[in-house]
Amino acid sequence: MDPTLVLQGLLSGVLFGGVYSLMAVGLTLIFGVMRVVNFAHGDMMVWGMYLAFMLASRAGVDPYVGFGVCAAALFLLGFAVQRALVDRILDAPHEMQILLMLGVALVLENLALVAFGPEPTRVRSALSSATIWLGPIFVDVARLVAFGVACVLTLALYLFLFRTDLGRTVRAAADNTYGARVIGTDVRRVYAVAFGVGAACVGAAGALVAPIIPFQPPTGLSLSVTSFNIVIIGGMGSLLGAFVGGLLVSVAESLGAVFLKPSLKELFSFSLLILILLARPAGLFGRRTS
Amino acid sequence: MKWLGALAVLVLLVLPSVLNSYAVTILILIFFYGFLGQAWNIVGGYAGQLSVGHAAFVGIGGYTAVMLSIEKGLTPWIGMFVGGALAAVLGAVVGYLGFRFGLRGFYFVLLTVAFAEICRIAVSNVDAVGGALGLYVTFTGDPRQFQFQDGRVYYYIALALMLGATGVVALLERRRFGFYLAAIREDEGAAEALGVDTFKYKMLAMVVSSFLTGIGGTFYAFYLFSLQPNAIFGIPLSVEIILRPIVGGAGTLLGPILGSFILTPLGELSRLYFGQGGHHGFHLVAYGILLIAVVLFLPQGAYPYVRRRLVGPRP
Repeated sequence: MDPTLVLQGLLSGVLFGGVYSLMAVGLTLIFGVMRVVNFAHGDMMVWGMYLAFMLASRAGVDPYVGFGVCAAALFLLGFAVQRALVDRILDAPHEMQILLMLGVALVLENLALVAFGPEPTRVRSALSSATIWLGPIFVDVARLVAFGVACVLTLALYLFLFRTDLGRTVRAAADNTYGARVIGTDVRRVYAVAFGVGAACVGAAGALVAPIIPFQPPTGLSLSVTSFNIVIIGGMGSLLGAFVGGLLVSVAESLGAVFLKPSLKELFSFSLLILILLARPAGLFGRRTS
Repeated sequence: MKWLGALAVLVLLVLPSVLNSYAVTILILIFFYGFLGQAWNIVGGYAGQLSVGHAAFVGIGGYTAVMLSIEKGLTPWIGMFVGGALAAVLGAVVGYLGFRFGLRGFYFVLLTVAFAEICRIAVSNVDAVGGALGLYVTFTGDPRQFQFQDGRVYYYIALALMLGATGVVALLERRRFGFYLAAIREDEGAAEALGVDTFKYKMLAMVVSSFLTGIGGTFYAFYLFSLQPNAIFGIPLSVEIILRPIVGGAGTLLGPILGSFILTPLGELSRLYFGQGGHHGFHLVAYGILLIAVVLFLPQGAYPYVRRRLVGPRP
């Protein structure tokens, strides 16, 4: 095995992992606050990609500039989905919550199919073909920028949750809903904000990867599954776990593509998932609950 | 109720001689999905262990029967049981890992999804079983090869599968086994405290369910004449399998059948209606909205509601 090839795989895995991390952070935030698993997570991300595509093709806005717009739009979508649907089933059994979110996923995926068709789409960015050579290995500038922005956004989310009043309220409602209600928190509003912020994460993540990978409506399903993988590996509800897990899974897939063949790359992450489920279901950074 | 059931079966037996072939095709799909839903119902409905990886059992069953038929010349009539047995082995492995390590709720869902995805990726990469392109069955029209010139034969096979699975569930439901499963679903801790060997009964439910689902794989393969890993092992098929019993009423005997009679024609007709204008995807949007509506307005499924309307509340 050629060591530069391995190094190359490692590097592009880490760089792509920033986006995985951002996506998983959104999922883990929603789960940590509401104990609801967003099965439409990947489909929301695909909508972020298509919004970036629309911005680029209609208004000529580069995805690395327009990702904020995508995040804002997905915030509204997440807020609305929580208010209209998720809020009614917070106390329902698991399978009903899963079914509801599967319904939302079906609607989002197929609306994208109706609106944009089944062909793979790719967004053009000024950075698309730029590369930097570091000796024998090259750095894809688009991946580098995506990684940087994703890290900054994750840090911003962290600061929001730990340094602002609204963020502290979100954490309070997550830790102890009853207690938060007692001290006068509008928990319903906090939930809707948390769902919106979680969706905004994938909105931005979608815009950031849109110039890197081709996508089509069914991409959402595999992105959902990947983000479930990541949060289980990192620990459900743990922000740090989601961040580290995102990098781990991305590196595992990237090295899997180097050592085996690209179509087998997911085998690594699924095997990692099963190992974690059996050995440490709380995940690498999760707190053991019930 | 019994007379109603007998009458319904009689009607279903004579229907193919008066219906056109398109209606027969839709009924075949209704029965087949009703059968898969009923098989899932044992572990997903009665025992309350939400498997979203049942497509893997369909896939294992289908691939086994087709490979045995191509390579060894074994008739699918026997191959279907070999396929069912292999699916049951996989079911036992998944069940053992999930139940022994106490994975519940979302964690169990993910374990089953991960197993099905691993099967899909593995099969797509093994060239000996056709790789990503899958396997094709050449049409011979030979009944010994599970192939029939007359589409109505498939109708009766699918009907027999659905009624057979329903018979199995009816038997299990009345025995101690059925009550144990219901106890596990409602409160696993309490069931265990009362001395129910929850691990054993969950395993049994999983094995019976995956065996039946594996048998369904043979029908799938020889009715459609092709197996593609992304279709037969994919998450969308797993979701299709669980939708009908849940919409109809999970953990009830007639729920999966009722669910299939509601959802399958809706899916097929809207596919036909919207598909003609080139509007792919519309029917699945409608499907998703229906699913959301069921969760919000009929969380117990349609069967308990229909039953209340027909025979009054349960005593």
